Amino acid sequence: MSAQAQPVGGSFFSPGVRILSGIAGLGALAIAWRLLRGLGATTALNDGYPFGLWIAFDVVTGTALACGGYAVAILVYVLNRGRYSPLVRPALLTSALGYSLAGVGVALDVGRWWLLWKVPIYFWHWNFNSVLLEVALCIIAYTVVLWIELAPAFLERWRDSQVRLQRRLAVVALPALERGSVWIIALGLLLPTMHQSSLGTLMLLADSRLHPLWRTPWLPLLFLLTCVAMGYAVVVFESAFASLAFKRRPETAMLASLAGAIVPIQGFVVVFRLADLAWRGSLGLLFSSDVRALMVWAELGLFLLPVALLAQPANRRDLGALVRAAIAMMGAGALYRFDVFLVAFSPGTHYAYFPSLTELLVTLGLLAAEVMAYIFIVRRFPILSGGPGMAPERQTAS
Amino acid sequence: MAISRRAALKGLLVGGAAAAGVAGAPDPGGAVARPVPPADAVGLLYDATLCIGCKACVGACQEANDLPRDPTGLGPQYNAPIDLSQRAKTVIKLYDDGEVSSFFKAQCMHCVDPACTTACMLGALKKREFGVVTYEPDLCVGCRYCEIACPFNVPKFEWAKMAPKIVKCELCKQRLAVGREPACTEVCPRQAVIFGTRSDLLQEARRRIAAAPGRYVPKVFGETDGGGTQCLYLSHVPFDKVGLPTLGDRPAPELARSIQHGLYRGFVAPVALYGALAIVMMRHRKPSATADS
Repeated sequence: MSAQAQPVGGSFFSPGVRILSGIAGLGALAIAWRLLRGLGATTALNDGYPFGLWIAFDVVTGTALACGGYAVAILVYVLNRGRYSPLVRPALLTSALGYSLAGVGVALDVGRWWLLWKVPIYFWHWNFNSVLLEVALCIIAYTVVLWIELAPAFLERWRDSQVRLQRRLAVVALPALERGSVWIIALGLLLPTMHQSSLGTLMLLADSRLHPLWRTPWLPLLFLLTCVAMGYAVVVFESAFASLAFKRRPETAMLASLAGAIVPIQGFVVVFRLADLAWRGSLGLLFSSDVRALMVWAELGLFLLPVALLAQPANRRDLGALVRAAIAMMGAGALYRFDVFLVAFSPGTHYAYFPSLTELLVTLGLLAAEVMAYIFIVRRFPILSGGPGMAPERQTAS
Repeated sequence: MAISRRAALKGLLVGGAAAAGVAGAPDPGGAVARPVPPADAVGLLYDATLCIGCKACVGACQEANDLPRDPTGLGPQYNAPIDLSQRAKTVIKLYDDGEVSSFFKAQCMHCVDPACTTACMLGALKKREFGVVTYEPDLCVGCRYCEIACPFNVPKFEWAKMAPKIVKCELCKQRLAVGREPACTEVCPRQAVIFGTRSDLLQEARRRIAAAPGRYVPKVFGETDGGGTQCLYLSHVPFDKVGLPTLGDRPAPELARSIQHGLYRGFVAPVALYGALAIVMMRHRKPSATADS
């Protein structure tokens, strides 16, 4: 697709990467600690809050932030907006990394991780009533699909490799991937549609223990909408980050129209949620003194902030304002998901949860590892390309 | 220049057709066929008016199920579980507000339509013989979704262990298998908790209410609550005061399940969406590979 994509080149161990590797190192220690001591000793999880930071953030929010690949694919392949295709590869990369690390998060979170292999294999035991099973199988499949979609970026580089095996692999696999691309990309659109909506269905099983401010049969739709909005926001954020970090010309115009596309989604989510609360007769709960009402107000505010920011045409031409709007969008979706999984869930008065240091370090470490992997890969493989109508700017290797 | 709002929404519509369309179809809760108790369903009947709070059932349960002693409630001198935990599959609680008081027994309710078995990916938790919800650790990855799902807060997790399992009352399945009743009913000195088939217990509960008007809240908890449970309760104190949730007649997993099954019935929607996506892309591809519309 992105024939003009080029490796950024340059040295990997910049000062920023050194800091990231320190955080990732602490995360690795925290992971070792969790594996050696067990969940009880290292996390704040308990029988009232069996899902904590790792599920609510690393998996539920992390995979939504990794929906850039999905969101851009809708734009480029379903709506046929080919001019956005330079955004496809970087979006796929953040998606592949995000989903892979969410998988690491799951493996650390489950208590009996050495049996996880049974989930995709033991099909004769599959419980088709289990929303979690569908989510798990979809996420596994989608992670594989993402790396296959991204494979040409690696193969294109290996085509000129000194290693014979890599060259052979590239020659065989590249045309095959090109021929099958429609079916692979369609799978890459179908699977997130399925599991991102099902992540919303997941908490509906808590039923009476889910607070009425969030308990609506429309949770699957709201989760799907928010993951698409978050996906676009991440692409804006990531693209601005790449132009800053690698001193490339920012694709402000393209990002502006991309951010503009999110405005109707964000606005729709707010209107829809208020209408749904009114329909279910729960609108009054918004004005209760419960801290949960405050959380919903915070969500709605964050959803509307980018709408307000981007309403001013001047802001759409300003990269800084675009990034601020993107951060607000990511924050809105993240807070919404966090609330559904942690704040809305009420197991009873004598349970409380706040993530432990180990949990926080693991989450931060995984994030740092993700950013490091991104930097490493875009420096060595053809992921980023100059925007259309713009000479691909090569960084002067210093 | 900019993507039009209409185009963005159209994209969402195509992308989310399945989810939006089918989830939106009003799901008539009443029309869904609800599971009924299995023919061989057994359970417990606990009568709070008879219980003297001796907690013999708690100790007997720990012994019968090889559970460790539980000093977490009152300190190392006492084996006194204060709530269901990895060390206690049943506990006796007390409700006392100065005017009325009642002991209360907690254990798995063995729902007719359990949320935990709906949640469980590989069926580690499943209604097996006698409708008892039992646990197969070989099929459990320790995800704890059952703990999220259970409206009674019953499944517990062995947080301290390196190979943790889910802990919950399995109605002494090892004793049922050899024709013995559960440890808690066998040991109860007042027969406050008795064992039997669900239909017998239901009949007995109704008989007690009819025989002593005014003695009980005129309702058998578990007859229909949350779609019905195999463990039934009689009480002189309102059920919500003694820690039983107000559930209505609808099974707890019904909403999530009807949405999930609505979306994925026969896997038609995903396959149709997949085909539609592939067709759309092939049509885009034909004239020229990178043409912008």
